[in-house]
Amino acid sequence: MAARVRIGAEDFDVPAELARLRAGDGGVGALACFVGTVREQGEAAAIRGMELEHYPGMTEQAIEAMIDEAMRRFDIRAARVVHRVGVLAPGEQIVLVAVASAHRGAAFQACEFLIDYLKTQAPFWKKEHTAHGAHWVDARSADDAALARWGIEARNA
Amino acid sequence: MKLQVRYFASLREALGPAETVEIGAPATVGALRDQLVARGGRHAEALARARALRCALDRALVDESAELADGAEVAFFPPVTGG
Repeated sequence: MAARVRIGAEDFDVPAELARLRAGDGGVGALACFVGTVREQGEAAAIRGMELEHYPGMTEQAIEAMIDEAMRRFDIRAARVVHRVGVLAPGEQIVLVAVASAHRGAAFQACEFLIDYLKTQAPFWKKEHTAHGAHWVDARSADDAALARWGIEARNA
Repeated sequence: MKLQVRYFASLREALGPAETVEIGAPATVGALRDQLVARGGRHAEALARARALRCALDRALVDESAELADGAEVAFFPPVTGG
Protein backbone atom coordinates (compact mmCIF):
# COMPACT_ATOMS: atom_id res chain seq x y z
CA MET A 1 0.00 0.00 0.00
CA ALA A 2 1.32 3.45 -0.94
CA ALA A 3 2.01 6.01 1.79
CA ARG A 4 -1.05 8.07 2.68
CA VAL A 5 0.77 11.40 2.60
CA ARG A 6 3.41 12.68 0.20
CA ILE A 7 4.98 16.14 0.33
CA GLY A 8 7.49 17.03 -2.35
CA ALA A 9 8.46 19.18 -5.29
CA GLU A 10 7.38 16.73 -8.00
CA ASP A 11 4.03 16.90 -9.79
CA PHE A 12 1.37 14.19 -9.41
CA ASP A 13 -0.69 12.22 -11.91
CA VAL A 14 -4.35 12.26 -10.80
CA PRO A 15 -5.56 9.15 -12.69
CA ALA A 16 -2.53 7.17 -11.49
CA GLU A 17 -3.11 8.27 -7.89
CA LEU A 18 -6.79 7.30 -8.07
CA ALA A 19 -5.95 3.92 -9.61
CA ARG A 20 -3.46 3.26 -6.80
CA LEU A 21 -5.98 4.28 -4.14
CA ARG A 22 -8.50 1.62 -5.12
CA ALA A 23 -6.09 -1.06 -6.34
CA GLY A 24 -6.74 -4.42 -4.69
CA ASP A 25 -9.89 -3.31 -2.86
CA GLY A 26 -13.01 -4.78 -4.46
CA GLY A 27 -15.20 -2.98 -1.93
CA VAL A 28 -14.52 0.43 -3.46
CA GLY A 29 -17.44 1.82 -5.41
CA ALA A 30 -16.69 5.55 -5.24
CA LEU A 31 -13.69 7.80 -5.67
CA ALA A 32 -13.76 11.52 -4.93
CA CYS A 33 -10.89 13.91 -5.33
CA PHE A 34 -10.02 17.56 -4.96
CA VAL A 35 -7.19 19.19 -6.90
CA GLY A 36 -5.98 22.68 -5.99
CA THR A 37 -4.09 24.62 -8.66
CA VAL A 38 -2.12 27.88 -8.89
CA ARG A 39 -4.42 30.68 -10.12
CA GLU A 40 -3.18 32.74 -13.01
CA GLN A 41 -4.91 35.87 -11.76
CA GLY A 42 -4.60 37.01 -8.17
CA GLU A 43 -6.80 39.61 -6.45
CA ALA A 44 -4.57 42.52 -7.46
CA ALA A 45 -2.25 41.34 -10.20
CA ALA A 46 -1.35 38.49 -12.52
CA ILE A 47 0.55 35.77 -10.69
CA ARG A 48 3.94 34.86 -12.09
CA GLY A 49 4.61 32.06 -9.67
CA MET A 50 3.87 30.59 -6.29
CA GLU A 51 6.38 29.53 -3.67
CA LEU A 52 5.30 26.95 -1.12
CA GLU A 53 7.07 26.38 2.18
CA HIS A 54 6.30 23.73 4.80
CA TYR A 55 7.51 22.41 8.15
CA PRO A 56 9.15 19.08 7.26
CA GLY A 57 8.13 16.33 9.63
CA MET A 58 5.30 18.26 11.24
CA THR A 59 3.33 18.65 8.01
CA GLU A 60 3.30 14.92 7.29
CA GLN A 61 2.39 14.13 10.90
CA ALA A 62 -0.46 16.68 10.89
CA ILE A 63 -1.99 15.33 7.68
CA GLU A 64 -1.66 11.71 8.87
CA ALA A 65 -3.69 12.70 11.94
CA MET A 66 -6.30 14.39 9.71
CA ILE A 67 -6.66 11.19 7.66
CA ASP A 68 -7.06 9.18 10.89
CA GLU A 69 -9.83 11.59 11.89
CA ALA A 70 -11.50 11.28 8.45
CA MET A 71 -11.41 7.47 8.75
CA ARG A 72 -13.12 7.75 12.16
CA ARG A 73 -15.80 10.18 10.98
CA PHE A 74 -16.73 8.75 7.60
CA ASP A 75 -17.29 5.30 6.19
CA ILE A 76 -14.32 5.42 3.81
CA ARG A 77 -11.84 2.74 2.77
CA ALA A 78 -8.73 4.77 1.88
CA ALA A 79 -7.50 8.35 1.56
CA ARG A 80 -4.41 9.98 0.21
CA VAL A 81 -3.01 13.51 0.23
CA VAL A 82 -0.25 14.77 -2.07
CA HIS A 83 0.98 18.33 -1.57
CA ARG A 84 3.69 20.07 -3.53
CA VAL A 85 6.27 22.47 -2.17
CA GLY A 86 8.86 24.72 -3.82
CA VAL A 87 8.28 27.04 -6.77
CA LEU A 88 5.19 26.46 -8.94
CA ALA A 89 4.08 28.20 -12.14
CA PRO A 90 0.54 29.50 -12.81
CA GLY A 91 -1.76 26.63 -13.75
CA GLU A 92 0.30 23.98 -11.97
CA GLN A 93 -1.24 21.50 -9.55
CA ILE A 94 -0.62 22.18 -5.85
CA VAL A 95 -2.58 19.63 -3.86
CA LEU A 96 -4.50 16.40 -4.30
CA VAL A 97 -6.95 14.97 -1.79
CA ALA A 98 -8.34 11.60 -2.88
CA VAL A 99 -10.79 9.36 -1.04
CA ALA A 100 -12.14 5.88 -1.79
CA SER A 101 -15.33 4.48 -0.27
CA ALA A 102 -18.11 2.03 -0.98
CA HIS A 103 -20.68 4.76 -1.78
CA ARG A 104 -20.34 8.34 -2.99
CA GLY A 105 -21.68 10.23 0.04
CA ALA A 106 -18.84 9.34 2.38
CA ALA A 107 -16.21 9.95 -0.32
CA PHE A 108 -17.51 13.46 -1.11
CA GLN A 109 -17.80 14.38 2.56
CA ALA A 110 -14.41 13.03 3.62
CA CYS A 111 -12.73 14.75 0.68
CA GLU A 112 -14.20 18.12 1.64
CA PHE A 113 -13.45 17.53 5.32
CA LEU A 114 -9.80 16.78 4.53
CA ILE A 115 -9.18 19.84 2.36
CA ASP A 116 -11.02 22.09 4.86
CA TYR A 117 -8.89 20.66 7.66
CA LEU A 118 -5.64 20.91 5.73
CA LYS A 119 -6.27 24.54 4.72
CA THR A 120 -6.15 25.85 8.29
CA GLN A 121 -4.20 23.23 10.28
CA ALA A 122 -1.36 21.92 8.11
CA PRO A 123 1.85 23.97 8.24
CA PHE A 124 2.21 25.26 4.68
CA TRP A 125 2.73 28.86 3.59
CA LYS A 126 2.26 30.37 0.14
CA LYS A 127 4.17 33.29 -1.30
CA GLU A 128 2.84 34.85 -4.50
CA HIS A 129 5.15 36.42 -7.04
CA THR A 130 3.60 39.15 -9.21
CA ALA A 131 4.88 41.98 -11.40
CA HIS A 132 4.69 44.18 -8.28
CA GLY A 133 6.90 41.89 -6.21
CA ALA A 134 6.43 38.95 -3.88
CA HIS A 135 4.14 38.73 -0.85
CA TRP A 136 3.03 36.09 1.64
CA VAL A 137 -0.59 35.12 1.09
CA ASP A 138 -2.96 36.07 3.94
CA ALA A 139 -5.03 33.38 5.64
CA ARG A 140 -8.76 33.67 4.91
CA SER A 141 -11.40 33.67 7.60
CA ALA A 142 -13.65 31.85 5.11
CA ASP A 143 -11.33 28.86 5.50
CA ASP A 144 -11.77 28.96 9.28
CA ALA A 145 -15.55 29.07 8.73
CA ALA A 146 -15.33 26.05 6.40
CA LEU A 147 -13.68 23.97 9.14
CA ALA A 148 -16.18 25.20 11.74
CA ARG A 149 -18.94 23.46 9.75
CA TRP A 150 -17.31 20.17 10.79
CA GLY A 151 -17.39 21.19 14.44
CA ILE A 152 -13.68 22.05 14.64
CA GLU A 153 -12.46 25.48 15.68
CA ALA A 154 -9.69 26.56 13.28
CA ARG A 155 -8.25 29.62 15.05
CA ASN A 156 -6.01 30.30 12.06
CA ALA A 157 -6.95 33.48 10.17
CA MET B 1 16.41 24.70 29.96
CA LYS B 2 17.54 24.74 26.39
CA LEU B 3 15.12 24.85 23.46
CA GLN B 4 15.38 24.67 19.71
CA VAL B 5 13.26 27.49 18.26
CA ARG B 6 12.25 27.39 14.60
CA TYR B 7 10.65 30.01 12.38
CA PHE B 8 8.79 29.68 9.10
CA ALA B 9 7.62 31.87 6.21
CA SER B 10 7.79 35.63 7.00
CA LEU B 11 9.25 34.91 10.46
CA ARG B 12 12.03 32.83 8.92
CA GLU B 13 12.82 35.69 6.56
CA ALA B 14 13.05 38.10 9.51
CA LEU B 15 14.79 35.92 12.11
CA GLY B 16 16.47 33.04 10.27
CA PRO B 17 15.37 29.40 10.26
CA ALA B 18 16.28 28.38 13.81
CA GLU B 19 18.11 29.27 16.99
CA THR B 20 18.87 27.75 20.38
CA VAL B 21 17.29 29.63 23.27
CA GLU B 22 17.73 29.27 27.05
CA ILE B 23 14.82 29.94 29.36
CA GLY B 24 14.29 29.30 33.08
CA ALA B 25 11.95 26.44 34.00
CA PRO B 26 9.02 26.26 34.33
CA ALA B 27 7.90 28.23 31.30
CA THR B 28 5.18 28.21 28.67
CA VAL B 29 5.34 28.84 24.92
CA GLY B 30 3.87 32.29 25.63
CA ALA B 31 6.63 33.07 28.13
CA LEU B 32 9.20 32.09 25.51
CA ARG B 33 7.55 34.45 23.02
CA ASP B 34 7.66 37.26 25.61
CA GLN B 35 11.34 36.60 26.31
CA LEU B 36 12.14 36.75 22.59
CA VAL B 37 10.13 39.97 22.17
CA ALA B 38 12.03 41.49 25.12
CA ARG B 39 15.25 41.20 23.10
CA GLY B 40 13.94 44.08 21.00
CA GLY B 41 14.92 44.73 17.38
CA ARG B 42 13.79 42.24 14.76
CA HIS B 43 12.51 39.78 17.35
CA ALA B 44 10.26 42.42 18.94
CA GLU B 45 8.85 43.28 15.54
CA ALA B 46 8.41 39.77 14.13
CA LEU B 47 6.92 38.24 17.30
CA ALA B 48 4.98 41.33 18.47
CA ARG B 49 1.82 40.60 20.42
CA ALA B 50 -0.18 42.59 17.89
CA ARG B 51 0.58 39.94 15.25
CA ALA B 52 -1.52 36.83 14.96
CA LEU B 53 0.97 33.96 15.08
CA ARG B 54 0.61 30.26 15.57
CA CYS B 55 2.94 27.99 17.46
CA ALA B 56 3.91 24.35 17.60
CA LEU B 57 5.55 22.34 20.36
CA ASP B 58 7.43 19.22 19.28
CA ARG B 59 5.67 19.44 15.92
CA ALA B 60 2.08 19.65 17.16
CA LEU B 61 -0.02 22.82 17.10
CA VAL B 62 -0.46 24.22 20.60
CA ASP B 63 -1.65 27.41 22.21
CA GLU B 64 0.67 29.60 24.21
CA SER B 65 -0.26 28.04 27.54
CA ALA B 66 1.61 24.83 26.58
CA GLU B 67 4.38 23.96 29.06
CA LEU B 68 7.93 23.66 27.76
CA ALA B 69 10.35 20.86 28.60
CA ASP B 70 14.11 20.84 28.23
CA GLY B 71 15.19 19.97 24.69
CA ALA B 72 11.80 20.79 23.18
CA GLU B 73 11.37 22.05 19.63
CA VAL B 74 9.18 25.14 19.50
CA ALA B 75 8.08 26.80 16.26
CA PHE B 76 6.50 30.18 15.57
CA PHE B 77 4.86 30.97 12.26
CA PRO B 78 2.12 33.03 10.59
CA PRO B 79 -1.36 31.59 9.97
CA VAL B 80 -1.07 28.71 7.53
CA THR B 81 -2.07 29.05 3.87
CA GLY B 82 -1.63 25.68 2.20
CA GLY B 83 -3.98 23.68 0.03
